Amino acid sequence: MAENYLDTKGRIFDIQRFSIHDGKGIRTIVFLKGCVLRCKWCCNPESQEYKIQTMMVQGKPKTIGRDVTVREVLETVVKDRPYYRRSSGGMTLSGGESLCQPEFCTALLRGAKELGITTALESMACADYSVIEKILPYLDQYLMDIKHTDPQKHKEFTGKSNELMMENARKVAASGATELIIRVPVIPTFNATESEIEGIAKFAASLPGVKKLHLLPYHRLGQDKYDGLGRTYEMKHIVPPTTEEMNKLLRAAQRVSGLDCQIGG
Amino acid sequence: MIINYFVEKYNTFDGFFGNYFFENHINQQKIFKKPQFFFDKGLTSNKMKGIIIMIEFIKAGKLMAKFYSEKIAMRERIGRLKDNLFKKMPEIESARAKLITESYKTTEGEPMITRRAKAFLHIMQYLPITIRDEELIVGSTTLAPRGCQTYPEFSYEWLESEFDTVATRTADPFYISEQAKKEIAEADKYWKGKTTSELATAYMAPETIRAINHNMFTPGNYFYNGVGHVTVHYDWVLAVGFKGIAEKAKKALSEVNFGDADCAKRTHFLNAVIMSCEAAVIYAKRYAALAREMAFKETNAARKAELETIAQNCENVPENGARTFWEACQAFWFVQQLLQIESSGHSISPGRFDQYMYPYYKKDLDAGKITRDDAQELIDCIWVKLNDLNKCRDAASAEGFAGYSLFQNLIVGGQNADGLDVTNDLSFMCINASMHVLMPQPSLSIRVWNNSPHELLMHAAELTRTGVGLPAYYNDEVIIPSLMSRGLTLQDAREYNIIGCVEPQKSGKTEGWHDAAFFNMCRPLELVFSDGMDKGELVGIHTGDVAQMQTFEEFYDAYKKQMNYAISLLVNADNAIDVAHAERCPLPFLSGMIEDCIGRGKPVQEGGAIYNFTGPQGFGIANMADSLYAIKTLVFDEKKVTLAQFRDALKENYGKGVDAQKAEKVVAEVVKELTAAGKKISAAEITAAVTELVGSSSKYDALLEMIEAVPKFGNDNEEVDAFARDVAYTYTRPLEKYKNPRGGQFQAGLYPVSANVPLGAQTGATPDGRLAGKPVADGVSPSAGKDVNGPTAAANSVARLDHYIASNGTLFNQKFHPSALSGRQGLENFVALIRSYFDQKGSHMQFNVVSRETLLDAQKYPEKYKHLVVRVAGYSAFFTTLSRSLQDDIINRTEQGL
Repeated sequence: MAENYLDTKGRIFDIQRFSIHDGKGIRTIVFLKGCVLRCKWCCNPESQEYKIQTMMVQGKPKTIGRDVTVREVLETVVKDRPYYRRSSGGMTLSGGESLCQPEFCTALLRGAKELGITTALESMACADYSVIEKILPYLDQYLMDIKHTDPQKHKEFTGKSNELMMENARKVAASGATELIIRVPVIPTFNATESEIEGIAKFAASLPGVKKLHLLPYHRLGQDKYDGLGRTYEMKHIVPPTTEEMNKLLRAAQRVSGLDCQIGG
Repeated sequence: MIINYFVEKYNTFDGFFGNYFFENHINQQKIFKKPQFFFDKGLTSNKMKGIIIMIEFIKAGKLMAKFYSEKIAMRERIGRLKDNLFKKMPEIESARAKLITESYKTTEGEPMITRRAKAFLHIMQYLPITIRDEELIVGSTTLAPRGCQTYPEFSYEWLESEFDTVATRTADPFYISEQAKKEIAEADKYWKGKTTSELATAYMAPETIRAINHNMFTPGNYFYNGVGHVTVHYDWVLAVGFKGIAEKAKKALSEVNFGDADCAKRTHFLNAVIMSCEAAVIYAKRYAALAREMAFKETNAARKAELETIAQNCENVPENGARTFWEACQAFWFVQQLLQIESSGHSISPGRFDQYMYPYYKKDLDAGKITRDDAQELIDCIWVKLNDLNKCRDAASAEGFAGYSLFQNLIVGGQNADGLDVTNDLSFMCINASMHVLMPQPSLSIRVWNNSPHELLMHAAELTRTGVGLPAYYNDEVIIPSLMSRGLTLQDAREYNIIGCVEPQKSGKTEGWHDAAFFNMCRPLELVFSDGMDKGELVGIHTGDVAQMQTFEEFYDAYKKQMNYAISLLVNADNAIDVAHAERCPLPFLSGMIEDCIGRGKPVQEGGAIYNFTGPQGFGIANMADSLYAIKTLVFDEKKVTLAQFRDALKENYGKGVDAQKAEKVVAEVVKELTAAGKKISAAEITAAVTELVGSSSKYDALLEMIEAVPKFGNDNEEVDAFARDVAYTYTRPLEKYKNPRGGQFQAGLYPVSANVPLGAQTGATPDGRLAGKPVADGVSPSAGKDVNGPTAAANSVARLDHYIASNGTLFNQKFHPSALSGRQGLENFVALIRSYFDQKGSHMQFNVVSRETLLDAQKYPEKYKHLVVRVAGYSAFFTTLSRSLQDDIINRTEQGL
């Protein structure tokens, strides 16, 4: 019975091996399908709906999303064990919001840990804390998005207010159960000002145990996917921040937080 | 010691702080716990900077290092030396052809070894010499930079027939003056019927010649040229000079008894060695005289002093042992250069330069005679000189070895005979040198094993990141046992170096014939479908009507039979050429520096070396694995297609025209003609017309789609990969049973240099869906674009091949976008990737780090990218000198990362 959790089913839309910009070392990222937010800048719009979709990719229809068991996912994840060992890498869950599939997410993390593979999770923490609490024993690193400190603006751009997520951030930090890293997507017109970034940085610094803050500059690489899904990309007019602007924000974040801040993951 | 660095740079460790540091530097923790200690002492900012850097060093583990691993700046001289090399296009000179012919005419009827020594002496006495501007290391084979001499004793007819096209051909063009053409043609008259290539042809079985004509394999390299592919005892020349080697030969001579059975040959051989040693000394003394003369005339005091030292150096070495590092560099260079005057063989590989040069560097450094910057400059000068040597090959070979490459492989790091890591300062400085000159030579290699220092790999990774295609990484953990399985002692195997592209051997003891032929593994499969026939002739053996084969085993067995037969012909070809070299071109100068030629009294060509091999390389593993797997799956497992249908599809090139490449050529020509005639027409219109003409149809598109859906090698699919491992055995296992005339055995390599493109052009459609004429997969890498799961999956697949049995080397290319190696973390991950592939017992790995956009732009504006170096196969080359099809092949290799 003990191994039953390996049969837990979930829905993913991609597994990306040799990922080197999301967490430590060489990693395999499992992208879970479904999200609670609808961020206007989202570079993985195909991740948002839980339902299986068809997206046009280079003129050809592609099915996005498939149902798999934890065992099947881990069979792929374990293939790169030699690389994890040499680079201190491991498995990262991303999405979507992985917490939308709590059982699957927990079982994946647990399975990886059982195999001796380190784990990370990219998530907004937009779920009931009881869900998060269950995954913490199996999670080495929590890469948590904090997008804005202002509930109104958060709601306007992502579809949801931020109280729950900030509360969860405090709780995860207080638990001391995992290494918490705060990540901020830097989106012009949304949060790319010094005062807004400072606000987030201050909040991050107030979380016990948090040492690192990543500023992730907005990019447009997901734009074609909106067309492929027959959706309109609302951020078309937004220009990615320049290196100088990013450096300015980086300095601002460092100044107010004293955290180890960096641009990129 | 690294501490000197801080003393020099920051004056940090004076007085109390210095003492504190010296007492506590071993205890890293203590320093980290007490940063306040430093602040309290009111340090100046400069000292503080020193301490911060020191802490960084401790973190990086560098402070404990036994060697100096910092970058050293390039001196301006090197940039100018480099620019001078590229002032004009490479040129063919006639001096050697004239001199060797003169000598041969006077020695008719004498023993061949004596004639060779006399010819070498004659060349050394009269070959024009020059010292280029600002050189510190002298010795040039041609007056023009990057020029080449010709070697009519091996073959000459191809050059005469290409006189008028050699300057304009796409791959490796050479300028040749009318005067030189006349002189070479005049000399060539003598050589009819006297070359190694003619004798080799005479020795080959008619079946072998037919197989070569039908492109089953090509032994063209040693057929047309000298063998090369060797690393000599540089250390002997550095220690005792050619005088010492000649003395050894003289001593052996004194021990020959008149009554010995081999007295005649032994005596002549030893005398030839002595004469060759003396010839090299004469050549060096001519340079000494030239340098003195130039020094006398020189008005710039600094240059005058340099020329005077050059004169002294050439007066002392290589006649005697080297007294200084500069002399050691000069002596090394003469050996490297002169080996390539004696014979046209390429891949004369310096080998473990960081090891045999180290004592001379250390001695001068400790005595304060030289700074690290001085030593770096001398090494940089050698690197430039290695690019000054050149070789003109026939047009077809030039495509196979594209990029003016001489494959002078130089390797650093690794273990000594006792199994200890011997990375040293020079290991790092060699990497610096490649970073300074950013040119294809030498083919820099790094030995990697479990105890390789991390900083060595990080330093090497930084070089990889420049995109120059260097270094290549080799795995001691595979290569050492692999060589032992071929009879090397443990001590010798631990001291291996790499020859040419990827071929391991023990320096100074081996005649490895490492690049003995390209064997196309796809061709025997074509013969299975045609019952051994090719273009109306029986080229293979009869294996029966393919349509009647009932099981996959029966089909696979037919493939193995065709393979075995073709391999036996390959051996026949190589051994014929081997004998021809022994009879017509024994090499006394080279043999004096290989154990145990003097002891055995015979040249390497007759088995004088301790280890003897012949290493022809197979290629097309990925295509054959994918092809056979597709047939197994579609014909026998799923029964969706019959072998007869496959046969027809292949014959008709899947309905995609007779030959896609030919069609392209025709289109290009038609467009050119019509444009010239003033008519406007687009390539697309013509293509449409031609495509109709050659009959492209969608008849087999369903089959192509089915093939596409079958899993392919390179995607970390254990079943397919295990299959590929077995397919590789169809080449590696039969081959190792054969012997060569020097008393050694055959051993397989799995790599194609760049021949996968030209030889792919001669290969029909294959059952993996590859169309006729398209390149076959390179090395042991997956077919271009078929690996879709990223670099780790591809590496896992390739590691599943048996790299131990391919003891003549395997070659695995990966291409990365620069972003994959950005920052310190990028380098760390890159090093981890190499280590992980090697953990899984891969043997070799090399990388192109350049963006697709850059390469496309370079195709468009070659003039902007004259210096763009890419990794082609076992070596790097200038991208713009490669043929268009090879450029396309490189661009199409899957770009990993992002």
